[in-house]
Amino acid sequence: MFSQLSARLFSGSGGALLGLIALFIILSFASPFFLTTRNIINILDQVTVLGILSVGATAVIITGGIDLSVGSILGLSTMVLGWLSHQGGWPMWTAMLAAIAVGAVAGSINGLGITYANLPPFIATLAMMSIGRGMANLITDGQQIVGYPEWFFNFSSERYLGFFSVTLLVVLALYLVAWAWLKYRASGRSIYAIGGGTEVARLAGIHVKKVTIWVYVAAGALAGLGGIVLASRLDSSQPSAGTGYELDVIAAVVIGGASLSGGVGRIGGTVIGVLIIGVLRNGLNLLGVSPFIQQIVIGLVIAVAVMADVLRRKRA
Amino acid sequence: MPIADTRGLRVRGATKEYPGTIAVQDIDLDINPGEVVALLGENGAGKSTLSSIIAGVTQPTTGTMTWNGEPYAPTSPGDAIASGIGLIHQEMRLLPDLTVAENVMVGRWPMRSGFLDARTMREKAKDQLKRLGFNGAMDSKVRDLSVAGQQQVEIAKALMLDASLLILDEPTAALGQAETDALFDCVRALKAEGVSFIYVSHRLAEIALIADRIVVLRDGKKITEHASGEVSPNQLVEEMVGRPVDRLFPDVPPPTDEIVLEVKDLHDKAGDFMDVSFTVRAGEIFGIAGIVGAGRTELVRAIAGAEHRLGTVVIDGKNLKPDNPMAAIKAGVVLIPEDRKQQGLVVSDTIENNIALPNLGKVSTSGWISPAKVRSFAATVAKGIGMKGNVALPVSSLSGGNQQKIVIGKWLQRDPRLVILDEPTRGIDVGARASIYEVVAELARNGNAVVVVSSDLEEVLGLAHRVMVLARGRNQGILDASEATPSKVMSLATL
Repeated sequence: MFSQLSARLFSGSGGALLGLIALFIILSFASPFFLTTRNIINILDQVTVLGILSVGATAVIITGGIDLSVGSILGLSTMVLGWLSHQGGWPMWTAMLAAIAVGAVAGSINGLGITYANLPPFIATLAMMSIGRGMANLITDGQQIVGYPEWFFNFSSERYLGFFSVTLLVVLALYLVAWAWLKYRASGRSIYAIGGGTEVARLAGIHVKKVTIWVYVAAGALAGLGGIVLASRLDSSQPSAGTGYELDVIAAVVIGGASLSGGVGRIGGTVIGVLIIGVLRNGLNLLGVSPFIQQIVIGLVIAVAVMADVLRRKRA
Repeated sequence: MPIADTRGLRVRGATKEYPGTIAVQDIDLDINPGEVVALLGENGAGKSTLSSIIAGVTQPTTGTMTWNGEPYAPTSPGDAIASGIGLIHQEMRLLPDLTVAENVMVGRWPMRSGFLDARTMREKAKDQLKRLGFNGAMDSKVRDLSVAGQQQVEIAKALMLDASLLILDEPTAALGQAETDALFDCVRALKAEGVSFIYVSHRLAEIALIADRIVVLRDGKKITEHASGEVSPNQLVEEMVGRPVDRLFPDVPPPTDEIVLEVKDLHDKAGDFMDVSFTVRAGEIFGIAGIVGAGRTELVRAIAGAEHRLGTVVIDGKNLKPDNPMAAIKAGVVLIPEDRKQQGLVVSDTIENNIALPNLGKVSTSGWISPAKVRSFAATVAKGIGMKGNVALPVSSLSGGNQQKIVIGKWLQRDPRLVILDEPTRGIDVGARASIYEVVAELARNGNAVVVVSSDLEEVLGLAHRVMVLARGRNQGILDASEATPSKVMSLATL
């Protein structure tokens, strides 16, 4: 029963799912604190931002692209949120919408650069990574902005039914929508077609440029949302927020079975990839492993996950 | 077959079993020095496995080989190359951004006091390429060569290793007539030096030209062996397919008078095609012949909006917007591209998703795709083109012929007006070709205008009502089927 269900939900990411289960079992034995409701909540809280960014990155990677700018866009958006609500005196909700809009605009510039200026995605988003970080620092000359209204802080800290925070519910809803969208919307299927064969998609009458731009807009807007969630979690906006996230995000998507050459990838796989990174960090922390060794372990996990995937494909 | 001496290759009882199948079974094969032996057979007949065994890529389950009298049992391609046996792959393995000389000498770059000796490298490469009649510059990038030029570089690479038996796997798949002729000249020149060839192909006409002997394989077994010239093409086809083949080309009724496509003064900025004008009527099959590089593919891609064009394209009396595949699709223009894997199919996806791709509106309700509709839609299409089996399988599990039928079939539910097929049977078995031709004929019978571009003269002449010959981008004449002969077409094509 479980195996059937998991086969349906996570098909194409079987190895990663087994890895996640193994990780769970091992850590449950290794640390008495691991398998507690409190710690599970902890893990989920810690992966909300990574989870939000990974939805966009899944779509980007399925088109055969890459987005290195999401960490910087997150930083820029969180600063825009703080500056507009504090210095600008904007109402919180408007500032939140503006933060998402800034992310979407940055994403659209990525998309336009890739489709109309023919920049390779790596280069276009590398440029945006630098520009976004610069702008994030420019807003307050590198200073952080501290203190948000209590209700905003509660988004990530107040729990309903003893478990769900607003941010967690947002992430869950996001994954549901993204899963259905990729699977059942024409534009979702187009994303796979573009990644599988750009020319095939174009000759099939798909507006390749339009769809591609929207994918990067979505990735940017989601980075904006990530900036809001991070501000709520930290009760502050830091210009350095999100530094290095782009690599965690790519790692999560790739561990989840997506192929960097495009055309392959699933939201269910990304869920697993995100959880593997979250559970691993959490577990290593509980075991008192130094953060430097954690980096090494995560690097090894990425390599092993993709290697296993490649081997499995070769055999098939 | 009398064996003159022990020189050359002797294969005895070669068998290769895979779990569940026997790829080749008990095959004897002799290749004498300076001899060209053609391996003929459909996909899956065992040609590739046999070639791989000889080239050391795979090892036989049982059976032995001798090479120039010595036992020969290569365990890797490197072993085979060291013995002087080289395999030239269908897909060339060259480094496109390196020069001709670097490619020929790759991995064996001559060094002088620790540095690359560029002059020696060029000279050595030139020596080999001269044997093949190659007269390009040693310093040009391989990317800039014609396909035939690239093939010569590939062959020179093998010759650099003192190869005296070369296995050519579908060498002319991407070549036009002139380039094929150049390749054959080069094969003949090497043959005169005592180099022997195993020539894998399913183009019967060229096998008759180049091979000394023809070995027919079917289902992993050697069926017959003929000296070239003592067997008719029809008999070879029957031996390959394993059943009598009555006719390759179906009957198509004469076209109607209704003009579907009108092309006026079509040209592009690059000069790939110039001042091309013609009309195609409903129910008509219009062939476009010419050598590779004549501008045929560019021309039809421009008509379908996939490439830039100037001039007028009229569909059913209405001007078609240029450079816009979407507008062309809406007007009922369908392009079946020449490169199935790059342009026709999302190879990583399933059969049903590929069929659904240009029909997403038909399988969704208010924008949400219904998997049940996708499945039933795909099943209907598959049935319409005479395909059985599970449409949920990956499209890569199908044979080339069935893949091509999917590429055509996915458009049929949109009721096209004009279907353009660019090299519709490239890489497809003789046995499967007839069924593709039947699909093409059915398109015409249903009142579509059909344009067929092909390098295979027999195919254009067998299918089309009229044939336009393109040379250097210009229309050299439009011939009626009744007056079009291979020699007439070829003389126009080489104008």
